Amino acid sequence: MTTLALTNARLIDPETGEERPGGLTVEDGVITALHDGSGPGIDCGGLCLAPGIVDIGVKVCEPGERHKESFRSAGLAAAAGGVTTIVTRPDTTPAIDSPETLEFVARRAREAAPVRVLPMAALTKGRAGHEMTEIGFLMDAGAVAFSDGDRVIADTKVLTRALTYARSRGALVIGHVQEPGLSAGAAATSGKFASLRGLPSVSAMAERMGLDRDIALLEMTGVAYHVDQITTARALPALERAKANGLDITAGVSIHHLTLNEFDVSNYRTFFKVKPPLRSEDDRQAVVAAIASGLIDVICSMHTPQDEESKRLPFEAAASGAVGLQTLLPAAMRLVHAGDLTLAQLWRALSLNPSDRLGLPSGRLAVGAPGDLVLFDPDAPFTLDRFKLLSKSRNTPFDEARMQGVVRATWVGGRQVFGELT
Amino acid sequence: MTFRQDHLLGIEPLAPDEITSILDLADDYVALSRSPDKHVETLRGLTQINMFFENSTRTQASFELAGKRLGADVMNMGLAASSIKKGETLIDTAMTLNAMQPDLLVVRHPHSGAVDLLAQKVNCAVLNAGDGRHEHPTQALLDALTIRRKKGRLHRLSIAICGDIAHSRVARSNLILLGKMENRLRLVGPPTLMPAGINELGCEVYEDMAEGLRDVDVVMMLRLQKERMDGGFIPSEREYHHLYGLDADKLSHASPDAIVMHPGPMNRGVEIDGTLADDINRSVIQEQVEMGVAVRMAAMDLLARNLRDRRAAA
Repeated sequence: MTTLALTNARLIDPETGEERPGGLTVEDGVITALHDGSGPGIDCGGLCLAPGIVDIGVKVCEPGERHKESFRSAGLAAAAGGVTTIVTRPDTTPAIDSPETLEFVARRAREAAPVRVLPMAALTKGRAGHEMTEIGFLMDAGAVAFSDGDRVIADTKVLTRALTYARSRGALVIGHVQEPGLSAGAAATSGKFASLRGLPSVSAMAERMGLDRDIALLEMTGVAYHVDQITTARALPALERAKANGLDITAGVSIHHLTLNEFDVSNYRTFFKVKPPLRSEDDRQAVVAAIASGLIDVICSMHTPQDEESKRLPFEAAASGAVGLQTLLPAAMRLVHAGDLTLAQLWRALSLNPSDRLGLPSGRLAVGAPGDLVLFDPDAPFTLDRFKLLSKSRNTPFDEARMQGVVRATWVGGRQVFGELT
Repeated sequence: MTFRQDHLLGIEPLAPDEITSILDLADDYVALSRSPDKHVETLRGLTQINMFFENSTRTQASFELAGKRLGADVMNMGLAASSIKKGETLIDTAMTLNAMQPDLLVVRHPHSGAVDLLAQKVNCAVLNAGDGRHEHPTQALLDALTIRRKKGRLHRLSIAICGDIAHSRVARSNLILLGKMENRLRLVGPPTLMPAGINELGCEVYEDMAEGLRDVDVVMMLRLQKERMDGGFIPSEREYHHLYGLDADKLSHASPDAIVMHPGPMNRGVEIDGTLADDINRSVIQEQVEMGVAVRMAAMDLLARNLRDRRAAA
């Protein structure tokens, strides 16, 4: 029997909303005791101890583009970022749309990643939006959710059938809400900034339209549905109504949309090109408030590795996406330091809610929960150097940013996967 | 002369005194260009490369002539078809050219921001000859010079920019330049060709030509960028001409001494009536072309001075 005893910590418990001094014991991978923090064990020095982050929507570029990110590099970056579970996206090359590819991914993840890896599978074959995948077999092979990534299934008939079938299997579907016609070719959000820079842009309304359509389909099919990212103020009332009407819907938002706005693109900085594009400051503040109120359930990194070649292009031609596994925690701490969220509120969105949505026992500091933990200093300042990131790709918008919040140690099932404390 | 720039990437980075410096010097070059001996040796020894990733006849010819009148060695590269198809990236093309030791790079590219990107990778002076829908600074400068010479000033004028604003880099550069010089600006066009949020830039937006042109001193028409229309911005050319094409009737709402401008090439019978375009009492379109060469001479001269200073200091 292996035992991990942690003492003298500040426990962040998103389930009770409490922050209190204390300690805990993990035996055979599971939390077996919570106490007042005294006694023998590893002295956490009064730093924050919280459940590990559960990150829904991480792109690991295996199979297909291992030079951008492997399970090894993504796993190390996750561990260093306090992320103990990554839920991987199926938008690889080829797409993860068959039990065989899913098994390959699961095997690679087991061999190489120090954190828990839960794969999503594509909802339609090749993410082409024409035929549904083998949802039943894929669930048997370990798929925790179904998604076509950032591709919207434009054919509503195909989507309706896929959602209906998914409901019958009890599968969770994760959608990207955008009206595909309006958003085609867009690199920025419509408005003064995009107009001045001469960038093709999409109205924030396209997100609302996409959400409205999918909510209607939820009403029809009753499927369990999670929106990968809600990033605009205009989409929030629709989400609120859908929840009030009892639909099985939750929503996430990427850390980039919570901490950056359209002006950060500045002089065509392609590391700030993400999908959907960064929004106005009003939108950013609205989604931050929606996290605080619990309307938006989940914060994710939307980790999307891109190599230098795909970013060193004119803005319109450059690839979208930013890495985020290692910067998720310090970037999110900006919201705490700004007074927008308490640590417990933040951890609800980073850990408890995503765990609950996926039916996982993690996300809480409670007896019986897995010993997936992160110990961090919420105030420690540093300047981010992108070349020190552990991801193979270093496309972060936070390069040279001054940040606060340093992970000191990460445990998965009571086993330390990052940090020097032992 | 005040001019602090290493590159001319847009109007946005320029201060009003820098704009005035370019225009003052350009006035001298207008005089030179009208004299029997049009050649000086200001840029002697310097190499100017015109890199056009998008086809252009007029702008490229204007830059070529400007460089030659100043004594530079000028090379034209039409890249619209060649290297992009071979898979070479913009940066690689720039690095290749950079290795040939150019002093002035004149670049046009179909993507907004592409010239900024390129300027970060080379160690010579870069002039933006138009990038996507972003900026076309020398066009705005030549328009400003034309207005200043015709109206005697470049401030407190009422100026209407009309037509396809959404797809026009000329409109953006003009909007910024004329705004910096404290003019009253109006944008006139169908709402489908008006970029979002543009009214926040301190201009008035009109959907009706008669209203938009009322009492203005300058009418700037824009080319209807047919090649950029990926579908259905306007019902038809003839309806566009009926509602937004400039003719004597619509112009009658403007100030009696209003001038008519167009960056060319014109679609006669679409955005502008052919007779009006040729009316030497109202149209200054030919002057704009002449001012273009002078303004480009001035911009390259000033950039070359700064380049030589930087190199001498290094």
